[in-house]
Amino acid sequence: MKWIKEKLNFNLLVGLASLTLAALLPLLLQRTSGGKYNMIVLTYAMIWAVAACSLNLILGFTGQACLAHGALVGIGAYSMAIMVERVGINYWLAFPLTCLLTAFIGFLIGLPSFRTRGPYFAIVTLCFNVIVYATFENWTWLSGGLAGQSFEVPPVLASRTTKYYFVLAFLALTVVVVRQIIKSIVGASFLSILSNESLSEAVGISAFRNKLLSFTVSCFLAGMAGALFATVSGRVDYSITSFLHSFNILVYTLIGGVATIAGPVIGAVGLYYLLDRIKGFGEFRYVGFGVLLILIIIFFPRGLMGGINQLRDWVKEKRSTKVAPQGEVGS
Amino acid sequence: MSVILEVDGVTKRFGGLVAVNKVDFAVEEGSILGLIGPNGAGKSTLFNLIGGTIKPDEGRIRLDGKDVTGWPAHRVAREGVGRTFQTTALFEELPVYLNLAIGYRMRTKTNLFDALLRTPRARREQKEITQRVIEVLTFVGLGEYFDRPAGSIPQEAQKRLAIGIALMGRPRLLLLDEPTGGVGPEETGRIIDLIRRVRELGITVCIIEHKMKMVMGLVDRLVVLNFGVKIADGPPQEVCSDPSVIEAYLGECIA
Amino acid sequence: MSFFINQLIIGIQLGSQYMMMALGLTLIFGILDISHFAHGHIYMVGAYLLYTFSVLAGINYWVALPICMIILALIGVLVERLVYRPLRGSPSINTFIAAIGLLLAIETLVRGIKKDAVRVPVPVDRSVSVLGMSLEVQRIIVILGALLILLMLQWFIKRTRLGIAIEAMAQDREGASLVGINVNRISALTFAIASALAGVAAVLMAPLGAITPEMGNPLILKAFVIVVIGGLGSMKGAIFGGYILGVIEALGVAYISSTYKDVFAFALLIVILAFRPTGLFGERAA
Repeated sequence: MKWIKEKLNFNLLVGLASLTLAALLPLLLQRTSGGKYNMIVLTYAMIWAVAACSLNLILGFTGQACLAHGALVGIGAYSMAIMVERVGINYWLAFPLTCLLTAFIGFLIGLPSFRTRGPYFAIVTLCFNVIVYATFENWTWLSGGLAGQSFEVPPVLASRTTKYYFVLAFLALTVVVVRQIIKSIVGASFLSILSNESLSEAVGISAFRNKLLSFTVSCFLAGMAGALFATVSGRVDYSITSFLHSFNILVYTLIGGVATIAGPVIGAVGLYYLLDRIKGFGEFRYVGFGVLLILIIIFFPRGLMGGINQLRDWVKEKRSTKVAPQGEVGS
Repeated sequence: MSVILEVDGVTKRFGGLVAVNKVDFAVEEGSILGLIGPNGAGKSTLFNLIGGTIKPDEGRIRLDGKDVTGWPAHRVAREGVGRTFQTTALFEELPVYLNLAIGYRMRTKTNLFDALLRTPRARREQKEITQRVIEVLTFVGLGEYFDRPAGSIPQEAQKRLAIGIALMGRPRLLLLDEPTGGVGPEETGRIIDLIRRVRELGITVCIIEHKMKMVMGLVDRLVVLNFGVKIADGPPQEVCSDPSVIEAYLGECIA
Repeated sequence: MSFFINQLIIGIQLGSQYMMMALGLTLIFGILDISHFAHGHIYMVGAYLLYTFSVLAGINYWVALPICMIILALIGVLVERLVYRPLRGSPSINTFIAAIGLLLAIETLVRGIKKDAVRVPVPVDRSVSVLGMSLEVQRIIVILGALLILLMLQWFIKRTRLGIAIEAMAQDREGASLVGINVNRISALTFAIASALAGVAAVLMAPLGAITPEMGNPLILKAFVIVVIGGLGSMKGAIFGGYILGVIEALGVAYISSTYKDVFAFALLIVILAFRPTGLFGERAA
């Protein structure tokens, strides 16, 4: 199994290289004229990347299309803002509590939802999203209505640069968490459900329990994205819980490449940044967004990273036909 | 020898159709039992009932005397029942070694936190999995394909992989649904050989098969189903000369 | 009492709209296994078409009705051809995602053209008094119009060759293609019919409220709830479910609270699916 190690090391190198690049970027941006603005955009982009990685765990690696991630990120953001501003909990304590709370809410949503499958599950989670949105819209005592809930971040995180690095650190953590899970036997159980649910049941894997586990972890990370959102924006209003965000997160994940580790990050950062650059087109850019989604799902159902992997496999296939691989394992 | 599987008056209805009708039989430990019958006789349904994929309407199913009636499939599997499906079921997009590793999941205790923190338990079990994968890979003879996506290897190799996945968790009872279906005569021999070696490991085998010749030479006992009803049960030669079996098979059996 | 009856009539009128939308969805699902999540947006386009013809172009409402139906039917055929046909045979989640892409594209396109809410004047702006209470004529038109459409659809499916082919395909897709039914033609036709149904619903309902680019969202969710509860692919389920949900919603708004009118349906769906994972009348395991 030598090549697995080689591949891992290669991926690790690419990951470290991109992390270094991302860490050096602010230094570069400070020298340009619109640098400060771009840094904020990238910070938000990375928050959505965390959300996309979180969705990827349940959608990409476990095969369950959750359409409630907008609401989950919203719950995380509100929980953070309310805990700190109204309950008076310390920021650094509220952060992990928010993640745990969102994970717990996700667990409760998952209990009835995972009795259903495929499109039914997608519709049930979408319904949850609508209910959460309607609740925050109408319970102004909770959500603060259109004005929202303002939020003061600790002084350490006040500057744009520290916010950028703060979010980058959590994005890196998210990627590592997802990778650790997927490369383990726990992740293999998730993959088995994605691949063939009845066979995984037949080899002793409880699909319900594993879906629930994957979803709970996914919600933990979505809550983290929400906490980061509250930190960066300093204000949360109920529009964050809209199911349009769920769709956006879905699009980022799919375009970057579902069921790949880097895909959602590339998709979210790339697309969010791109959409911001073409702001001049107003609403019309989302028309392109929708059309792009359709084209991707028809022609590249595995997204950008999926396409790259296909290409790599193809090259490998070409090479291996020349040198027949035999008896590498066994005997 | 002791009885490992006991099917006791099991009935399953789908709407108005009785797919399995009050079927009884018992399987002795270490033996190979053949389950035959025309298409639609209820053989696969019976496997699904034993494996826990569907629940019987009536009757009991016992494993080593323990009542497992109505248990979900994953619990039955943990109790030591491995199985393959009629339309070969694999984790097609995943590489062969991962297919096998997943088969061993039920024997590991690694949880989410072990996985995240790579605890000693996670590392120890990872080694254990690798060892077992290599063992089974060698046993079913799929070493050359170990990193290929399971869906891309030849049909007959897929059949052996399906058996390999079922073997990973060290089952006591193996249910094979047409393990040689759609496979050429030469390769059928390899699979039969594999099944014999499985029995030598002390694993009890129940097998659904259409190829009469193959069944006759392989099994210790035959159970014949027709329209959901058991019509014969006994040593293969005896069952084959049973008039009702000959009728059900239109004489196919005589050969 | 008269208040109750009035609410009941409003409920039946709402139900007529839901029924027409749910029928289209369930036809598409039953025949093609597609969760056509952009169907509510087709409805929204229908409402804007009505606005364009009857307000901007000044065409008579009753002339605009068939025009809108035909244009929507053509849009439906186009959607099937360009979006869903290339995805035939891929996992159901992929078609669902394509539908979301379509929904985003349509909604933002319309919003880009016309951001503000618009209104279409009610064609018969009168009320009649029945049993001492006053009823808007347009509500009665919606109810009767929906019934008429329902009868026509029943006649089409039971009595015409194409209709029978559609029903055959809904019941057994593979079998239908085996006996030589042209799947592509039936697919296109199904989308045309479903979209035309949405068109009728839109034209009849549009004068009763504001027309906005977002109006399709709650509608599609409710129509989906009906279809899922009724059992995906079941026409009977869609018809009964549509009327029942309309009445429940109208009475809920009148007697409980209007704030949560959109929540009733979704909460109901979650509860039902938790106990019956494939809907009340759904047979096919998902």
